[in-house]
Amino acid sequence: MSLLRLTRRPFFWIIALVIAIFVLVPWLGNDVQLRESLLLAALYITLASNLNLMLGYAGYINFGSIVFFGLGGYICVWLVNSYNWPLSASLLTAGVGVSALALFFGLGILRLRGAFFALSTIGIVEAVQAFAENFTPWGGSAGVYLSSSIFAPLGGPARALWVLYFMMVGVMGLSLYLSYAIKSSKFGLGLLAIGQNEDAAAILGVPTPLYKAMVYSASAFLPAIAGGLYFFKSAFIQPSDAFDLSLSTEALVVAMLGGQGTVTGVALGAYLYEELRGYLLTSQTFSNFQLVIAGALLLLIVLFFPGGLMGFIYSRFPRTQKVLE
Amino acid sequence: MLGVLASIIDGVLVGLVYGLAAMGLTLIWGVMDVINLTHGTMIVAGMFGLYGLATALGAPPYLALPPVLIGGFLAGVALYWVAVHRMVGRPPLMSLLSTFSINLMLVGIGTGIWGTALFNVDVSLPGISMGRYTFPGAHILAAILAAVIAASLYVFLHRTRLGKAVRAVADNREAAELVGIPTTRVLAITVGCGVALAAVSGMLIGTLFPFTILSGDGYQLKSFVVTVLGGFGNPLGALMGGVALGLLEGAITPFVPVSWTLVIEFVLFVLVLIAFPGGVFSRRGAM
Repeated sequence: MSLLRLTRRPFFWIIALVIAIFVLVPWLGNDVQLRESLLLAALYITLASNLNLMLGYAGYINFGSIVFFGLGGYICVWLVNSYNWPLSASLLTAGVGVSALALFFGLGILRLRGAFFALSTIGIVEAVQAFAENFTPWGGSAGVYLSSSIFAPLGGPARALWVLYFMMVGVMGLSLYLSYAIKSSKFGLGLLAIGQNEDAAAILGVPTPLYKAMVYSASAFLPAIAGGLYFFKSAFIQPSDAFDLSLSTEALVVAMLGGQGTVTGVALGAYLYEELRGYLLTSQTFSNFQLVIAGALLLLIVLFFPGGLMGFIYSRFPRTQKVLE
Repeated sequence: MLGVLASIIDGVLVGLVYGLAAMGLTLIWGVMDVINLTHGTMIVAGMFGLYGLATALGAPPYLALPPVLIGGFLAGVALYWVAVHRMVGRPPLMSLLSTFSINLMLVGIGTGIWGTALFNVDVSLPGISMGRYTFPGAHILAAILAAVIAASLYVFLHRTRLGKAVRAVADNREAAELVGIPTTRVLAITVGCGVALAAVSGMLIGTLFPFTILSGDGYQLKSFVVTVLGGFGNPLGALMGGVALGLLEGAITPFVPVSWTLVIEFVLFVLVLIAFPGGVFSRRGAM
């Protein structure tokens, strides 16, 4: 389906509306606190939607999606810090570089099927983190600090935070459109076939190894850029933050909560989870037990609601299936 | 040269313990096609069991073995009923997610209580000297205990009625049910044994190295490498895989920084999976 035809579908405009709300509400109200909370929501939506390309479409669990985010952050911060590259070029290089790496490694590890792939993604996190800790230009385990002068080209720190927020929302919008475009393409159909039955898909002529590597690579691009934005914003990166396993875990929980394989559900799940998390982190009792809550939530979904939120909505209101992807 | 040899021998001693851990993983995997992602945390639970009994209560470290074994078994049976029972027969990815979520909860509770500080259990045993090198007594005893426990598992699986039932269920669950084996109970006991093995090996590792609540990830990865080397669902292969991994670790430790060891093992994991999808030491019908 071409891009032009996509614009005729109502769902295209629903995404546009969501982006508009994300941009306008905090900006018009000049609400900095809301902006920070929505920035995290946009980050969660980006990570979860891209994870969903693997999980929901191709049926492959990626426990290590955080690697894309962390590597993107490292490449971007490194280029800005050591070579004085402008932010836009660094972000693009991070996205393209991580995507290319994912394609290269994907062609190798995606020869592993199903559960074995899932296990090897756990190993990838360990491997990449060990690399970051030992690679001297990236500051080892101490990490890299950016000086505050990096915000000057964006018009000073206060304005830069708004610019970075809008860019993050842009990345979120692109993620949603990417999920949608892939789902309505022949490529997406091939992925869904792989998710249903990989052998049957291969027999019917789906080039399964190539498609899997392609979707793995595609799911790396926007998280890498999001990582670049995130760590540029905090002006500091170190291995334990960049490859924080809880973030890729939360992306999984979010995708399952919203309903794997759906675009709306994953976005909705990410937003709800971020709100819940914000509440839990500020409460005294729960702030140490964030992982426990995430785990309990995931267990309940897996055991009792494998379809997630969207599965529930679809079954209660079957007509929504025609509008919401 | 002698240093490398000593390092390799020590690696094999530790490798036997890794093999024991991997036996727990592969037992569950082979019998019900469920990959237990709480494995690493159960290893850590064994370490903390040791710490609690030996350091806090002052008992001799090796007396912690029976309580850890029993506690691990009970934890495994509980794990079966909470997270595995509804997943048997469903796509393996679902059990991966359900055990993963249990793992998250356990790690979350663990870090909430103990933080991520380093714990250490002192075991002073006389070592055995070979020229300038001394093999620590704890390493030797851990290797012996691992071998004994592995042998008892073998005897259990091949010589007892219950063990034969476990193998029957692994072979064909429906046929086992038809001849009157209570397969659900057998599955629960299998998960119990698998987790007990993980916990005991964790306890043994705890006598060798310091540990944190998050050490589980690394040991879990080692167990996967060992399982892949040994062939899935093949406990005896797992023990040989453990020895092979220990051999490798011993051979590379003198030359490579420690933080790269896991990376090398991970690369090995992927390469072996691609080259020998059935495992290096596997033979048909090993269970």
